[in-house]
Amino acid sequence: MIAVIVRRLLRLVVVCLGISLITFLLLHLSGDPVAMILPEATEADRAVLRETLGLNRPFLAQYGAFLGRALQGDFGQSFFHRTPALPLVFERMPTTILLTVFAMVLAIGLAIPAGILTAVKRYSIIDHLVTLLVLLGQSMPVFWTGIMLMLLFAVAWNLLPASGWDTWASTVLPAITLGTFQAPLFLRISRSAMLEVLGLDYVRTARAKGLHEWVVIIKHALKNAAIPIVTVIGLQFGVLLGGAVVTETVFAIPGTGRLIIRAIGQLDFPVVQAGVMTLSLIIVLTNFLVDLLYLWLNPQVRIS
Amino acid sequence: MNTTTPDLALPMSSAPAAPQRQRWRKFLRHPLGVIGSLIVLAVCGSALCADWLAPHEPNKQRLIARFKPPVWASGGSTTYLLGTDNVGRDIFSRILHGSRISLLVGIAAVGVSLGIGVTLGLLSGFLGGRVDTTIMAGVDIMLAFPQLILAFAMVAVLGPGLGNIILVLGLTGWERYARVVRAEVLALREREFVQASRALGVPTARIILRHIMPNTFSSVIVMATLQTAQAILAEASLSFLGLGTGLSYPSWGQMIALGRDYVNVAWWLSTFPGLAILLTVLAINLLGDRARDLFDPRMT
Repeated sequence: MIAVIVRRLLRLVVVCLGISLITFLLLHLSGDPVAMILPEATEADRAVLRETLGLNRPFLAQYGAFLGRALQGDFGQSFFHRTPALPLVFERMPTTILLTVFAMVLAIGLAIPAGILTAVKRYSIIDHLVTLLVLLGQSMPVFWTGIMLMLLFAVAWNLLPASGWDTWASTVLPAITLGTFQAPLFLRISRSAMLEVLGLDYVRTARAKGLHEWVVIIKHALKNAAIPIVTVIGLQFGVLLGGAVVTETVFAIPGTGRLIIRAIGQLDFPVVQAGVMTLSLIIVLTNFLVDLLYLWLNPQVRIS
Repeated sequence: MNTTTPDLALPMSSAPAAPQRQRWRKFLRHPLGVIGSLIVLAVCGSALCADWLAPHEPNKQRLIARFKPPVWASGGSTTYLLGTDNVGRDIFSRILHGSRISLLVGIAAVGVSLGIGVTLGLLSGFLGGRVDTTIMAGVDIMLAFPQLILAFAMVAVLGPGLGNIILVLGLTGWERYARVVRAEVLALREREFVQASRALGVPTARIILRHIMPNTFSSVIVMATLQTAQAILAEASLSFLGLGTGLSYPSWGQMIALGRDYVNVAWWLSTFPGLAILLTVLAINLLGDRARDLFDPRMT
């Protein structure tokens, strides 16, 4: 068990280093970052900037310096806001996390019961209907869902605000948008996990004992079906954060995603780097925790 | 004691047709797969023949005909079937032309991912050792990175544009192929036919290309189909965020973004391009699911 955790920890460190390397390389991908940041500057100005950014030094030295500063939370000053980049990202993080959590709760609350129901009532009308909905949901671009909801609930019926993040009412549409983006996958996974478990011998035994059908399903089957469901939900956190970036843009929510998209438009690299690295690290850490949870849930892995 | 041998004739007699033809028959029996392929064919047709099918020039502005609603709404006319946008461009024509971007990006990005992923997967699985460790570490890092966020960041640096979008989506989607192909190679490597070729002194490159690669095709085809749908969605997201293929040619995501700005004025601006994406992606997904049922029963 401890050996497994240590191995996972080592992998975590490697992945984090990889992420920092990619984030660092981002700036160099364009060839000459200085030409990009100051497209119309004189050669003298560019030389000064090159000097301040440390771009004259060898590549590895630059990466080392970047990593050292990043570890201290220093990504440099935002070109646009003229303040340190990381606090800008952190300020907006609660909004993004809150949106993601709302969406996650909504998706889980919808998808898992529906997944169990369709597995139990396999091949029924409900099952086919839900399968169709899942197919539709998986093919919808998340930003379009958002706009359609906006058209109906804000423009046509005037029930909810179309954008912003200042009242509880304004969180409803974004949460539904992002939630329906994730629900289809969760539903598929819980359905197939349940189906797999429902066919096993111990479930038949539980039924043969004369237990009530719902006791068998919830207490016996769901417990084992939970392993893949939890894993997939955890691993989907990254996709959900990516979707949050888009959703924030649709509904003009002042979160990290919108900050990053704006920063990309303004070529504000310190903010882009700080934002991308923070989001990625959150995702990697979540995945790590999911791994641990998986170990705890599944004794088979623990032993091997 | 039961000593009778199992009846061997039974499975034989039920499979007289060639596997290829049987596959076709199985495919045609399932309506959703057929509907999916028909829609995909229609989208391909519109991409190829957009110049002839579109009633208007996709970028032609007619300010006098701004915000015309679709034909069935009051104030609509048959000149503009799905209405016009804020500068009087025909939505229907732009959707037809937009299919080109979606399909091109979808297919080309998958091509890039496929090339990188399959090559690395083959090398990783067949050579093993340090090559394997390095490649798989790369795969782990890529899997940990959220694709869309990495794509945003890369577009930020490379700049928008058709070629860059294809490159970015291709470079951020190869890890699944590498993983699956590697796993298949590991399983195949110990099989007799590979061992035999090795004992005969067949060069490694030839073993990989002639004997191992064809055996990974079925799962790769399924993944590629489903990734095409993903890539089309990703391109639409990038275009929606203004990080897409540029404004000179219509793309569905960018049309939806325009509709977002006029959400109070003209609902048809974002509704129809969105439906186009929905239908296309749905059709490709249906096709991919069917392909999975037919080619790769293990994955279902």
